[in-house]
Amino acid sequence: MLDDKDRIFTNLYGHQSAGIEAAMKRGDWDGTKELIEKGKDWIINEMKESGLRGRGGAGFPTGLKWSFMPKESDGRPSYLVVNADEGEPGTCKDRDLMRHDPHKLIEGCLIAGFAMNAVAAYIYIRGEFYREAEALERAIEEAYDKGFLGENACGTGYKYDVYVHRGAGAYICGEETALIESLEGKKGQPRLKPPFPANVGVWGCPTTVNNVESIAVAPTILRRGAAWFSGLGRPNNTGTKVFCISGHVNNPCNVEEEMGIPLKELIEKHAGGVRGGWDNLLAVIPGGSSVPVLPKDICDDVLMDFDSLRDVQSGLGTAAVIVMDKSTDIVKAIARLSEFYKHESCGQCTPCREGTGWMWRVMERLVTGEADKSEIDMLLEVTKQVEGHTICALGDAAAWPIQGLMRHFRGEVEARIDAYHTKAAE
Amino acid sequence: MTETAAFTWTAESEAAAQKHIAKYPEGRQQSAVMPLLDLAQRQNGGHLTIEIMEFIADYLDMAPIKVQEVATFYTMYNHKPVGKHHVQVCGTTPCWLRGSDEIITACKKKLGVGMGETTADGQFTLSEVECAGACVNAPVVAINDDYYEDLNAESITQILDDLASGKDVKPGPQIDRQTSAPAGEVTTLKEFVAEGEGA
Amino acid sequence: MPTLTIDGTEVTVEPGTTVLQACEEVGVEVPRFCYHERLSIAGNCRMCLVDMEKSPKPIASCAMPAGDGMVIHTNTERVKKAREGVMEFLLINHPLDCPICDQGGECDLQDQAMAFGRGHNRFDENKRAVEDKEMGPLISTTMTRCIHCMRCVRFSEEVAGVPDMGALYRGENMQITTYLEKTLDSEMSGNVVDLCPVGALTSKPYAFTARSWELSHTETIDVMDAVGSNIRVDTRGAAVMRILPRLHEEINEEWISDKTRYVFDGLKSRRLDVPYVRKKKKLTPSSWADAFKAVKSKLKGVKGDEIAAIVGDQADMESMTALKDLLASLGSSRIECRQDGSAADASVRAGYIMNSGIAGVEEADYLLLVGTNPRLEAPILNARIRKAARHFGLKVGNIGNAEDLTYRVDEFGDDASILQAVLDGKHEASEALKSAKKPIIMIGQAALSREDGSAILKAARDIADKYCMRDGWNGFNMLHTAAARVGGLDLGLTTEGGVDAILDDAEAGKLKVVVLLGADEIDTSALKKSTVVYVGTHGDEGVRHADIILPGAAYTEKFATYANTEGRFQRTGKAAFAPGDAREDWSIFRALSDVLGNTLAYDNLQQLRARIAKDVPGFENLDQLQSADWGDFGAKGEIGAGGIAPAIDNFYHTNPIARASQIMADCIDARGGLVEEATGTNG
Repeated sequence: MLDDKDRIFTNLYGHQSAGIEAAMKRGDWDGTKELIEKGKDWIINEMKESGLRGRGGAGFPTGLKWSFMPKESDGRPSYLVVNADEGEPGTCKDRDLMRHDPHKLIEGCLIAGFAMNAVAAYIYIRGEFYREAEALERAIEEAYDKGFLGENACGTGYKYDVYVHRGAGAYICGEETALIESLEGKKGQPRLKPPFPANVGVWGCPTTVNNVESIAVAPTILRRGAAWFSGLGRPNNTGTKVFCISGHVNNPCNVEEEMGIPLKELIEKHAGGVRGGWDNLLAVIPGGSSVPVLPKDICDDVLMDFDSLRDVQSGLGTAAVIVMDKSTDIVKAIARLSEFYKHESCGQCTPCREGTGWMWRVMERLVTGEADKSEIDMLLEVTKQVEGHTICALGDAAAWPIQGLMRHFRGEVEARIDAYHTKAAE
Repeated sequence: MTETAAFTWTAESEAAAQKHIAKYPEGRQQSAVMPLLDLAQRQNGGHLTIEIMEFIADYLDMAPIKVQEVATFYTMYNHKPVGKHHVQVCGTTPCWLRGSDEIITACKKKLGVGMGETTADGQFTLSEVECAGACVNAPVVAINDDYYEDLNAESITQILDDLASGKDVKPGPQIDRQTSAPAGEVTTLKEFVAEGEGA
Repeated sequence: MPTLTIDGTEVTVEPGTTVLQACEEVGVEVPRFCYHERLSIAGNCRMCLVDMEKSPKPIASCAMPAGDGMVIHTNTERVKKAREGVMEFLLINHPLDCPICDQGGECDLQDQAMAFGRGHNRFDENKRAVEDKEMGPLISTTMTRCIHCMRCVRFSEEVAGVPDMGALYRGENMQITTYLEKTLDSEMSGNVVDLCPVGALTSKPYAFTARSWELSHTETIDVMDAVGSNIRVDTRGAAVMRILPRLHEEINEEWISDKTRYVFDGLKSRRLDVPYVRKKKKLTPSSWADAFKAVKSKLKGVKGDEIAAIVGDQADMESMTALKDLLASLGSSRIECRQDGSAADASVRAGYIMNSGIAGVEEADYLLLVGTNPRLEAPILNARIRKAARHFGLKVGNIGNAEDLTYRVDEFGDDASILQAVLDGKHEASEALKSAKKPIIMIGQAALSREDGSAILKAARDIADKYCMRDGWNGFNMLHTAAARVGGLDLGLTTEGGVDAILDDAEAGKLKVVVLLGADEIDTSALKKSTVVYVGTHGDEGVRHADIILPGAAYTEKFATYANTEGRFQRTGKAAFAPGDAREDWSIFRALSDVLGNTLAYDNLQQLRARIAKDVPGFENLDQLQSADWGDFGAKGEIGAGGIAPAIDNFYHTNPIARASQIMADCIDARGGLVEEATGTNG
């Protein structure tokens, strides 16, 4: 288990004040100027060395992403956009970082922004997080008052602004190009790539979009050194991670742990174990609703990191662990996710607009068993027709939970169809 | 419908609107359309009208259809009046696993309305929403700007009762628990917790 | 220049070419719905997915720039499956109403479902129903059929410049609509019908009147304005059922105006289909022989200087020539083609055409409009100006009424005397013209129809001479509103004092006989004392005081030549016969000349055209932009202060066919305007 001294988010639960004085006591804004004075190349290199992979779900190396930004401006300003549109079912970590430890994020905005030559950061926070947006605004104001942001940020001579932009209810805005569209005052419909945001992002300017957690851990990584961070976890899966453990556990919670912690250990140590004991476990969705579900036998010894979960045909995603015990109607649980994706599809491209609704309707019938067994394979084919054919990853995200369900619980689905027809025949 | 009255900012809203617009680069005032729609919706008591959308289109130099597109794309904009308390029950899987059905039933029973409906006295509107992003505190209900967490049928009923009678209600977890920390003793950060509690 | 391999064929393409365009270059067909070469890339239908080596997923070929070394496959099993998948998704919520859908037979969805679909249905749920949207008198909607390709939305925003269409709601609830279901406030809204790949947006006037496969197609030219848009007229028997655009990159690309598209019902109503002769103050149907006899008797003893003719806005060059020759045989050369009193000067061709050409607008970097509203006078040209302003950096200044032209315009006021300041180098437009690489001054008929029109023309000419001439570039452009006008000027149909002098002389009793060739935009009450011979198509203003009516053929009913505002000669095709006893106009004059005993020297169209070619250089060089020699024209004079009245105040009612059209009247109604009397003088 991770030592407290290696935990980055020491005020994760808000036992202490979120204010700047308390934050500074916890180590934030300590030597920021010196970090910046080490230069862009040093910062980006250190981030690369740390092995940090994006904490928003896709796991793209953060330092590498920063390095894609133009070194010299062609006249256009560059922007950092922070993705705080936390909406992946099961995920609620950024909420804690913003309401309880906002200065880590704001300091990260300054350092990351400096490293990528940005003139400002826009934190795009989901509209429902009204109180969290207030907390951020308060913290930003404190940082300006201290001279950490603004004309001469931290006395470095670098001018930098941080703004909060509230969303208004659309999961798709967590997709980086949809988020950019939304920030421009449009519907949140993902853009075609190329061009990539690092070339043409918000308002046609070079833009990097990073998850809250990815930015918030950066100052600590730079202060403690890449080697410290990369020494945690496993190669290619380094550092610490805030896990969200929800569902059928005794004590649902958020917790910062080392990457690669065994799933079982995570649940038992921090969430008080599965309701009714480990043997009462049916399945776990290990990385937010978009990743395929895992049955108990895989959960017994799988490690919580990118590569381990990929190896069992699932994913770390946002590290949101949704636990389901044996009382769970697993078909209904997945069908409810299908409804979610149908509700959140932006409607722009054909496979997702039409496919999410179709998949959900079939899933609803599979919940009651009012279906033909041949429809299972048809449904799987439909998921394959959506997957990989859409502009953004929402199509994939809608397809994978169903594929996971059929991979591990097809028997349950078939049994339900049998039961329905038996009953109907009676 | 009381939608015929022309909409205009109050002095307070106008100042807030200008502050929003100032966040974005010159000429990119369209970026402020979402915060301004939210601002106008709040000023108007909870919902948008065609007049408001046209006012904002004009204010930001946008085509009205573009404002309407935005206003109908995002779920937090309401297009018909909502009650003083907008009760938004999360029904997505993590909340569902921990009893959101029970919460919905309790709300319907207490308020006497169905999903998407408003009580006759205009006090409450009941909606089901998708993942509120507070899954380790499931089940969750958002009422206006606040989250009520770790609910059960009794606690949500009590909250609705209290709101109806004008009492103060405390947002956050409705069980003995510090935000997203595990209930009972924390498993990490004991020193920091103690430090915080000592402060 | 990137070189890529497509299905084993190597191809080198221009930078910026997309994979889909590269596929087309090597003749590989890629199905698509949302992609349209004249609209921005949406990439939303996903029908054009192809395989790219080293890409884990198929790529949308319409949106992917062709890159050097790319290896593209369009015929793999994965591509086939992807297409089948997208096709299936498009069809699951599409109604099975092809038998009652007007798009049937020319529907992209039908065609591609046949070519790329799976051929059976697996969708066992209820289909989505979408409420239809009201979009005015021209566009019929069946929104359940919509496949959300956004072509219509992109067109209205990008090409038409009226961002009034959009997609409301999201996901499977997304719905296309015009803002508050209002009529699209564009003069070219009908193009969305062509763009819609399915039967969601169809032509309202054409609704359920014909099937595409039972129509005959005639390639021809439009005469609603002076642009000369290339069109296809679809007929069933003698009836024109609809009009569609034909591609012409240099003129109308693939757009046409709503008047061009929807005027066709005006071809059927209020038509003159037999000759009439006024007897006891009443117009009475007659035979051709009797009508000609009546003309002959009216001409008895009439001297040449007591005869005049006025030519209308839709007259073709063959008819004008025959009329001119007929008049000459009677000793008169008084034939006038400038109904509106324009000061356009026939002496120098470069002085009355659009020298840059319509497509040349895209090369220009500064455009000074003088007394013209291209949006109403030539919507297709206006779309071109908008395109140049949007994509190629064209700046536009305007001396004239400030109107919404759909692009940014520097308004200089409508005082024509500003021209003198521009000429003297004392106006901001002077500098703009001078510093531009390819400047244009575009003068409209509104400016030329003023009392001081000749002086304005001279000033515009001098401005062009001073600022708008570059090597290989003549930036003097005249925008005409009448399809007949450049042809008329080419034939020298101008007279001293113009149309006003003719009307004055007629009122003063100095003119015994006046011939009107489709002249319906003048006030004929001045002709009460003269014998009026009207040759034309409709019971409009021209017949009000007519004594003899000789029914002619409309533009869809004859083989005829028109010169558009660029001076480009184009010919119409004959899509249908003129109704009843009506005849092609030139042959009327030929027959009349026979009765009068001075038979014109041509027996057929070929001979007539050969005769025109002798007078009009380049007449046989069809569809060519012909450069014209520069010279001096107009007349120096005082330019008065005061505004320039618009040339067109009612776009939908500029000519007798349009005024006879119920559809055009509906368009006016939809905009809250009153339908004016058919005999009113508009335009």
